[in-house]
Amino acid sequence: MTRTSTARQFIVRVATGSEFLSIPVAIVIAFVIGGVLMAISGVNPLSAYSALFDGAFGTPQHIADTLIEATPLVLIGVGIALCFRAGVFNVGAEGQFLIGGMAAAVVGSALSTAPQPVTLLAMAIAAIIAGAAWASIAAVLKVFLGASETLTTIMLTYVATYLVSWLLNGPAKDPNTPLAQTPALTTSGLLPGLWPGTTLHIGILVALIVAILAHLFLRRRVEGFQLVATGLNPVAARSAGLPVRRILISVFLASGALAGLAGFIQVAGVQGKMIVNLSPGFGYTAVVVALLGRSTPIGALLAGLFFGALSAGGASMETSVGVPASLVTIIQYLTVLIVIGYSAARTLRRPTRTPDGEE
Amino acid sequence: MATTSPETAQLDAILRVRESTVRFGSVVANDRVSFDLVQGEIHALLGENGAGKTTLMRVLAGLIQPDAGSLEVHGKTTTFDSVVDSAAAGIGMVHQHFMLVPTMTVAENVSLGLPSAGRLFPRTARVGRELRALSEKHGLALDPDARVADLSIGQQQRVEILKTLYRGARILILDEPTAVLTPGETDSLLEMLRSLTAQGTSIIFISHKLREIRAIADRVTVLRHGKSLGTYSVADTSDAQLTASMIGRDAATVSSGATTPVKRSLTAVPRLATMQLGVTDKRGRSTLEGITLSVAPGEILGIAGVDGNGQRELADALSGVRRLSGGQIELNGRPITASTVSERIALGISHVPEDRQHTGLILDVSIADNLALETARTAPFSRRGALDRAAVREHAERVIRDFDIRCKGPDQKVRELSGGNQQKVLIARAVTQEPSTLIVSQPTRGVDIGAVEYIHGQLLELAAKGCAVILISTELDEILALSNRIAVIYSGTIIAVHDRAAVDVGVLGMNMAGRAS
Amino acid sequence: MDIINWIISAPGEGFFGASMRLAVPLLLAALGAIYAERAGVINVGLEGMMLSSALSASLVASSTGSTTMGLLAGIITGTLVSALLGVFTVLLPADPVISGIALNLLAVGGTTFAFRVAVGQGGTTSTTPAIEATPIPGLESIPILGPLLFDQSYLVYIALIGVVVTWVVLKYTSWGLLIRAAGEHPAAADSLGLNVNRTRFLALLVSGAFAGLGGAFLSLVASNQFVENMTAGRGYIAMAILILGLRSPWGVLIASLLFGMGDAFQLRAQLDNTGIPFQFLLMIPYVLTIVTLAVFGRRLIDPAALGTHFRRGHR
Repeated sequence: MTRTSTARQFIVRVATGSEFLSIPVAIVIAFVIGGVLMAISGVNPLSAYSALFDGAFGTPQHIADTLIEATPLVLIGVGIALCFRAGVFNVGAEGQFLIGGMAAAVVGSALSTAPQPVTLLAMAIAAIIAGAAWASIAAVLKVFLGASETLTTIMLTYVATYLVSWLLNGPAKDPNTPLAQTPALTTSGLLPGLWPGTTLHIGILVALIVAILAHLFLRRRVEGFQLVATGLNPVAARSAGLPVRRILISVFLASGALAGLAGFIQVAGVQGKMIVNLSPGFGYTAVVVALLGRSTPIGALLAGLFFGALSAGGASMETSVGVPASLVTIIQYLTVLIVIGYSAARTLRRPTRTPDGEE
Repeated sequence: MATTSPETAQLDAILRVRESTVRFGSVVANDRVSFDLVQGEIHALLGENGAGKTTLMRVLAGLIQPDAGSLEVHGKTTTFDSVVDSAAAGIGMVHQHFMLVPTMTVAENVSLGLPSAGRLFPRTARVGRELRALSEKHGLALDPDARVADLSIGQQQRVEILKTLYRGARILILDEPTAVLTPGETDSLLEMLRSLTAQGTSIIFISHKLREIRAIADRVTVLRHGKSLGTYSVADTSDAQLTASMIGRDAATVSSGATTPVKRSLTAVPRLATMQLGVTDKRGRSTLEGITLSVAPGEILGIAGVDGNGQRELADALSGVRRLSGGQIELNGRPITASTVSERIALGISHVPEDRQHTGLILDVSIADNLALETARTAPFSRRGALDRAAVREHAERVIRDFDIRCKGPDQKVRELSGGNQQKVLIARAVTQEPSTLIVSQPTRGVDIGAVEYIHGQLLELAAKGCAVILISTELDEILALSNRIAVIYSGTIIAVHDRAAVDVGVLGMNMAGRAS
Repeated sequence: MDIINWIISAPGEGFFGASMRLAVPLLLAALGAIYAERAGVINVGLEGMMLSSALSASLVASSTGSTTMGLLAGIITGTLVSALLGVFTVLLPADPVISGIALNLLAVGGTTFAFRVAVGQGGTTSTTPAIEATPIPGLESIPILGPLLFDQSYLVYIALIGVVVTWVVLKYTSWGLLIRAAGEHPAAADSLGLNVNRTRFLALLVSGAFAGLGGAFLSLVASNQFVENMTAGRGYIAMAILILGLRSPWGVLIASLLFGMGDAFQLRAQLDNTGIPFQFLLMIPYVLTIVTLAVFGRRLIDPAALGTHFRRGHR
């Protein structure tokens, strides 16, 4: 078995197998373990969990926090889910996210006096193109030179981080502060709010629409059909005349575009400018979100909301009960590891001997 | 036919297998096979693909354990739980795909995991010296410090043989050793084997090539469909008798419904023609050379041959999956050498790949989706890029009815179907495209009798409608039942072309074994 | 800037010395990963191993007062984490990249949580003072090589010895042969009756031990406390070093130094002004890695069976 076929089988397992039940079960197990950890640290798990739940859903602002946290995860996660379906491992969404945010901030500053719809649209387009362009480097290297995209995308993330750091300390820097950031965006460059009384912006709607569109794409468009086929068996796909190379590059670009779009939303909806720490690791978390979402767009949506709720709830849990928010991280990734382990164990128990060697 | 009597063999047999049965799921690879090896002999195993030869050898090598039957070494019953046990009994296997680590040297490969070569620091220098001595004893040149990747295939094979000898093998099992050798290297190998037996080694030799078996083997055991058809003395058995045994013409032939091939219409310009078609592999070695063929509308051209002689490459070249390294392909006189797979499908050339599970179908996708895979972009399956799932389903339902595919419905994953039904899906996909040319490989491999008849009927019907069919198959029965003309492929070239009416099994068998006439 | 003069001057010496010190954790992690990857196991979990070890080393050292105990704790932790990864990627056919990433993220959360619980809000673990350098008399005055290699703490010497040991093990020992076979052609090893998965698992454990030492170095030597997420991506950088160094101990040494120099330069450049934005210089090692990947493509530089799951009887 080649490397890619092992990985592909694995993705297939999680995406199409009957592992669905394993996810709620894994969540429960993770919560139990989390509860044990809390008890060890001297806190009542029940009160901590109720604080968690309250922090995620208790007040309108809390719900807003959940959705705000979820938005980039969903957007990037959908893109990565599509990549997984095609057998591509784009783990460099972090870099694509930053580049997209950077581009959006620059365009937003330049158009600071234009009407809001124009500015926002321009920013979005700039972010999409920038993210896709960044992803295209790794895409071309993979498809034409056979370079492993797992490594190239991670390397490119570092390059992106430094590039952004230079820009924010240099050419794109706001001259009025000593901090490394772009000038604050005027209202024309800020996303309109969605829910008065909260900080919720329309980004979540974008994420929702993207998830639905991606879902429809996979189900209804020929290209979506071909993408899934390529991911499951690229050899058979090629034999059937599918343009495999074009499909791989396209999905790579699309996920880069989505990551860039998420960067734009984070800049225009949350930060109001581009900063060095725009991402607390969204790109990597989204990989896990995509996996938990069984490599489907709707799954990524649900998993993204789940992670968003945990993140928002965790912050609140820390202030009210004193349990470190990092416990939430533990629960999130324990869930994923349990799902991975369970999936892998089931693959192992597949039928045994194959009559090989008879050439 | 002179067989070795069981009693004589009993006296000298150093290795014996009794009634060994090996099952892989529902497939019986070895069905109560008995086999014995006499000291100092070269014993050949003859059979077509899927006959069970490699499985039997893997049992002897300790790589797999039989589900039934017994094993005797020097008359004592034993079991081989792993390679370690068989190695301890003095058995060494040279696999068809070499078990050598390319980046390591010869000496390193030989001392890999060998306790006597040094537990902490492998004394590769000492191993190297001993190897050199061993290779000289057998009259071979070998540099123990050479990297395996730098050696030619023939040299690598020699390393494999020396490796087993160094590790104490007195019984050598060689799996199709000449499949990867040039004629010159083959002769060297055969000479070496003769000299080895003169020094007391016993050899089991899997092959489908009569010339070689006749050149060095003392006895030959013929396997067919997992069963042993007997052990014969090579000197006392003719080629014709051996090939007949191997192919099984004596067994009742499968009736495939149509016994008289359809008369083809004679046109000046063939539907599909190749001129000096050549294909090379990634290493630059030629896998196909000088293939010149043509098929007329309504004609079925059968390409016979033992598996591994270039059939896969030929099918790939014709369908567009593989690019040519030389030569041309023409459709109705117009060159299509540079056309892609989808372009060829659009031009009316459909193909059925030989490996339905890996190259043909996408197992985890539904029947309906597999059927639409090649033509999803066109009507009625899609309109301006939007997939019409209802149309896809409808088409699938029609196919399931027309082709009598046993399944739960068009949405069932193809993985769950039986081999025969999977094959029907694959064939249906090509046939329903109403192609003007069809390239079909191994259409009935692993398919039950009923489905075989049906598929054959489909192919004949297609030809009757004027389609030009290239049928690549390792089943001679099938070729004979369906073809108007028969070409035989051997070692990457077309060794002979015959009219159906003018040829018989004997001649074809010879062609398939490498003899042009 | 007169480069030659600068190199032999005090700031130059400081630069080279610092480069090595900054390179050591990377070197250790990448060195260990050589074993795993040559055996065919992709180890993406280096980051998590280093971080967990950094924490355990710091906690143990501050509670026992012994740096040695801390280092030992680090090694053990790294080994345990790699064992967990091994369960996923060697025993089970889980994808090594995804398992590794998930494990790393879990480690971040896990260490942050454990740290808070252990020292309370706003606490720190300050340990024994950083280990002093022990210069090797005579050799330390050689220009460039002196401050680089011979005027360092004993841990750096251990790392350098590790390079030599790794080279010897892989090239000259029986176990090294086994590792290479498991990574290049596991079926060949299997056909000789050798246990491929056991070899791979052990190689992964070795990788964990090295990474653990590297993590301990971070919290005990490079600094003297544990800080949340202090590895800051070093585990992933170690993967780049592996590629850049073509998975050979010497190549990895040079590549680690390259990254170390970049790091040292970046710290210095924030004080001086050299004209080229330091970020671009920091990018160089990563760009070099991408170029290596592009130029060589997978087949030429990866062990042939890297990342594949091996099951007996399956080819």
